[in-house]
Amino acid sequence: MLKNKRKLLAGPYLFWAASFIIIPLLMIVYYGLTDKEGGFTLLNLAKITEPENLKALGLAVLLSFVSTVICLLLAYPLAMILSRRNVNQTSFVVLIFILPMWMNFLLRTLAWQNLLEKTGVINSVLKFFHLPGWEIINTPGAIILGMVYNFLPFMVLPIYNVLAKIDKDVISAARDLGAGNMQTFMKIILPLSVPGIISGITMVFVPALTTFVISDLLGGSKILLIGNVIEQEFKQGSNWNVGSGLSLVLMIFIIASMALIAKYDKEGEGTAF
Amino acid sequence: MPNKLIDIIDVSKSFGDNLVLDELNLYIRENEFLTLLGPSGCGKTTLLRILGGFETPDKGKVIFDGKDITSIAPNKRQLNTVFQKYALFTHMTIAENIAFGLKIKNKPQSYINDKIRYALKLVNLEGFEERLPDSLSGGQQQRIAIARAIVNEPKVLLLDEPLGALDLKLRQDMQYELIRLKNELGITFIYVTHDQEEALTMSDTIVVMNQGYIQQIGTPEDIYNEPENAFVADFIGDSNIFDAIMVEDKLVKIVGVNFPCVDTGFGRNKPVDAVIRPEDIDLVKPEEGTLQGIVTHVIFKGVHYEMEVTANNYEWLVHSTDMFPVGTEVGIHVDPFDIQIMKKPESEDEEAVSVEE
Repeated sequence: MLKNKRKLLAGPYLFWAASFIIIPLLMIVYYGLTDKEGGFTLLNLAKITEPENLKALGLAVLLSFVSTVICLLLAYPLAMILSRRNVNQTSFVVLIFILPMWMNFLLRTLAWQNLLEKTGVINSVLKFFHLPGWEIINTPGAIILGMVYNFLPFMVLPIYNVLAKIDKDVISAARDLGAGNMQTFMKIILPLSVPGIISGITMVFVPALTTFVISDLLGGSKILLIGNVIEQEFKQGSNWNVGSGLSLVLMIFIIASMALIAKYDKEGEGTAF
Repeated sequence: MPNKLIDIIDVSKSFGDNLVLDELNLYIRENEFLTLLGPSGCGKTTLLRILGGFETPDKGKVIFDGKDITSIAPNKRQLNTVFQKYALFTHMTIAENIAFGLKIKNKPQSYINDKIRYALKLVNLEGFEERLPDSLSGGQQQRIAIARAIVNEPKVLLLDEPLGALDLKLRQDMQYELIRLKNELGITFIYVTHDQEEALTMSDTIVVMNQGYIQQIGTPEDIYNEPENAFVADFIGDSNIFDAIMVEDKLVKIVGVNFPCVDTGFGRNKPVDAVIRPEDIDLVKPEEGTLQGIVTHVIFKGVHYEMEVTANNYEWLVHSTDMFPVGTEVGIHVDPFDIQIMKKPESEDEEAVSVEE
């Protein structure tokens, strides 16, 4: 009786999940596996093998990979510094860091567009000082910049969380047993922070891989990522079937890469020493 | 008498405005089991951390084996620490944990394997090599922490309340284990605890600390039987502590009644602290006692009964194997040599403070 009542409490969420997660997902699967007349087909999935789509996927993987690496390199030292501060200082720095996230994602990206444009803020300033202009807008570099800027906090926070949880005595113990700073970092701190690194990578790589807004605004129309291709299929081409098919492929791709990371993580634990 | 191994000279340390250690002097001999005992905040852990190299004193020096190690990094010191919450490396197996220090020192693998086997045997955890720390109980984890430290053959093992997180029975077993280990290894143990029973059981020397000062240094017997001040008397074991007047040599006035005692040299009519251990109070027939009182509480403690006797408006704590029911009129008798007379503290720092448990 009580159990049933408790189950009822989950009702609203189950309704939500069914309406807005499961049904849309099933619809994507349906559209992805059917043609315009509703007959079963795998052709939509096969569209990924078309050279321009493959190129878009490859470029998206490359750019999000580079962004993820840059985010990791920037985030880890920052998270380490934060985790060693006392709580008051930390929350202030974290606040400053998260503050931009409270502004709209589109606005922030538009702002970057303004900054980077050929006649934008940065180039105006450079021109004023008679310095050569910075022609970065509409290049992969601008897209990476936008990705790093937007997704960096998602890398910092999980890493900060695991680092802050490492018992200070464990680090003292490593020092006590003769490990120098570098050895302590490589053998203790880094292996213990792997779960944070993994979730940071997931939270940066996945949205970076699927984004179309950043590449749209900062890459111009010249650079197509897989996200842009899918967006165009839905909006310009009005071809939901192909768009869904490509989405499915992308999803499978993401699941596969996450599984790969998770597998590497498990192996990593055993051979960390 | 073995040599001095560690000499702590005029060491002071503050955190912000909080003076934790005040010009502390202490030496530690080879092969000694020395316990730093005191309530939380007395500076005992800070002193241990200074020895381990995790804190640098503001003032003073630490001499180890004739060398000044005051500003030497922890990884360059010939001593190892066992931490209160074990601080094992959870991402490594037990064998890897124990091997950590030896691998850093680039010892050959065969030597490391021998050491792992030897250390696990020493702490009675043979066959645990491939287990992960999280799969072990608290007591087992602490043994691994000890094994991990001793394979490095330190001259001194620092132990920071290592039994604090264990339950009572296990704690008692581990006390005997530690004594055995110390004897087998033949090295110096410096042990920090707030548990007076632990200190009395294991130590060769006890250093009682309070508010950054050393209150008394001595053998467990000295500390228990001859406390130098009210703080030590109060902290070590149960005691009745009275504001008393030394009437003359060998006579002390406690709660208005004269008791014969054995102490001399305090002068005439001088205020003193008098300590009487609860087990040293004899309850006798009213007419045979030095003063009379009424039993107000009785608790059975297993080995003995703990009773409170109200006499002359004071509650006397009494331990006895004979039980007197609540309301019984009794006489209180104390043998002269069971009364410990102590000078009143001259400074506030020696004042007995209430002990938080």
